[in-house]
Amino acid sequence: MHEAAAATPAWVLLAYLIAGVCFILALRGLSNPESSRRGNITGMIGMAIAVVTTLVTHQPQLAYLTPANIEHGITVDYNAWLEILAAIALGGGVGLVVARKIHMTAMPQLIAAFHSLVGMAAVLVGAAAFLNPEAFGIAVRITPIASPSFVSIFPVSRIEMGLGVAIGAITFSGSVIAFLKLNSNMSGKPILLPLRHVINLGTLVAILGLIAYFTQDQAHWVFATIVVLSFAIGFLLIIPIGGADMPVVISMLNSYSGWAAAAMGFTLHNTAMVITGALVGSSGAILSYIMCRAMNRSFISVIAGGFGAVASSGDAAAIDRPYKRGSAEDAAFLMKQAEQVIIVPGYGMAVAQAQHAVREMADLLKKEGVRVKYAIHPVAGRMPGHMNVLLAEANVPYDEVFELEDINSEFAQTDVAYVIGANDVTNPAAKSDKGSPIYGMPVLDVEKARTCLFVKRSMGGVGYAGIDNELFYRDNTMMLLGDAKKMTEEIVKAFG
Amino acid sequence: MDFISILSIFVLACFVGYYVVWSVTPALHTPLMSVTNAISSVIVVGALIAAAAAGSPSSKWLGLVAVALASVNIFGGFAVTQRMLSMYKKRERPVDKTHA
Repeated sequence: MHEAAAATPAWVLLAYLIAGVCFILALRGLSNPESSRRGNITGMIGMAIAVVTTLVTHQPQLAYLTPANIEHGITVDYNAWLEILAAIALGGGVGLVVARKIHMTAMPQLIAAFHSLVGMAAVLVGAAAFLNPEAFGIAVRITPIASPSFVSIFPVSRIEMGLGVAIGAITFSGSVIAFLKLNSNMSGKPILLPLRHVINLGTLVAILGLIAYFTQDQAHWVFATIVVLSFAIGFLLIIPIGGADMPVVISMLNSYSGWAAAAMGFTLHNTAMVITGALVGSSGAILSYIMCRAMNRSFISVIAGGFGAVASSGDAAAIDRPYKRGSAEDAAFLMKQAEQVIIVPGYGMAVAQAQHAVREMADLLKKEGVRVKYAIHPVAGRMPGHMNVLLAEANVPYDEVFELEDINSEFAQTDVAYVIGANDVTNPAAKSDKGSPIYGMPVLDVEKARTCLFVKRSMGGVGYAGIDNELFYRDNTMMLLGDAKKMTEEIVKAFG
Repeated sequence: MDFISILSIFVLACFVGYYVVWSVTPALHTPLMSVTNAISSVIVVGALIAAAAAGSPSSKWLGLVAVALASVNIFGGFAVTQRMLSMYKKRERPVDKTHA
């Protein structure tokens, strides 16, 4: 059907297939921290294979051959070669510097920024393929009698291309908004436009309609309108979503970047791209599902947005309830006496950069013969696995860090639960109060520990769900009011 | 390759992805995101084809920009993943307390 694609040599197809397999192995390695580093290297090898294969098979050719060129048999355009290598060096250099310099606490922003680049690259490749379809072997040149010849892109390719640029554009603008929210350049609060569901649905239908029409008419305006509308809907989809739903959003955008790559792979008949796109697409979709399940929310309700926008007014009376306040010395005393301490970190620990102080505290406790473990809720932080990376950065051994379902039964036999920067993920109302917005969400049973030490900036603030936490007023809870990092450092001092 | 062959590869790869990703330990979900980011930049293949093709200068320049963007992601994504993964360490045996 597609002459240019059919002419691809077998070794090239094989090379792309091997690259795809390398990527599968890269993800497979992540089942265990020990094998993960080797997996990552395999991924790099796969990428090198894909890039080198393309560079070799698509060497830039001179458009016009001078007599000297012909004499020496030179057909390769060395200037174009240099331009390509310069583009790789420029982008690669920026990437390496950023990767080296970035703080681990800023990882969610970085991931969002990377997603936006994949999205933009997909749009640009789609546009390049649209402008020069013959180079990609996705078009035929038709030469009617008595009129100039023109290039007609295959209808299937038009659909693939349209879908690819649409998903790419959504990924780009959505990720830019996610980046701005995560980087606090923009308020994390949901921005709710009137009639937003109607506008979004209308835009989506218009995009699909235009892609269908694109098969009939390959005019520039159709392509451009698809791109512009897709940029718009990516923006509209993400602005109503609050900061705390970012773990879902960032996973969803991860998924989109995969589908964009897959759609481009369909357009260019490239196995490596199709395999990778499918892997990344399913990876993001599974992560979104895990995040939604951990919040007991449906994917649709997250996408619809607005969560955390309406602060509950009914709990105003709760502010004056009595609670027990403790000092760093009290906390140090309690923990020293303990047999087992479980540390429960949350987003607040990341904001305060308290992970190193926490690890220092844990080290001193271990010296005293106290068993220390860490309990991580799947949605703690702003992205999947956020807390694990921060603890790893602070040299906390990963075998002391446990997931919710593995450690929840242990709280009942634990002397002290040290909650630092987490709130809603510990709220017992999720288990008992049917009227609570977080009812049904799996939570860490910190209230079952003999004492729960809760580090919090002040009694006024509420978690992302905008609800009061009943835990604060329990008999076995001691509130440690102050900055997460300072409080932990004071406890460390009190040990000495 | 015809459409059906590519679709078959795609569907099977989705299943592979499903099983492989479920086996990823939750502790490594952040590196999972950064590495999927890096590998989805295999889209650079399309960018390289566009950048090397003669015939349309605008297509070539779009390709070059896409090559640069995807390269940021490839180098940055793999490097930051490696940096993160190198931080995950097992508990030290009590004996070797060599570094203070």
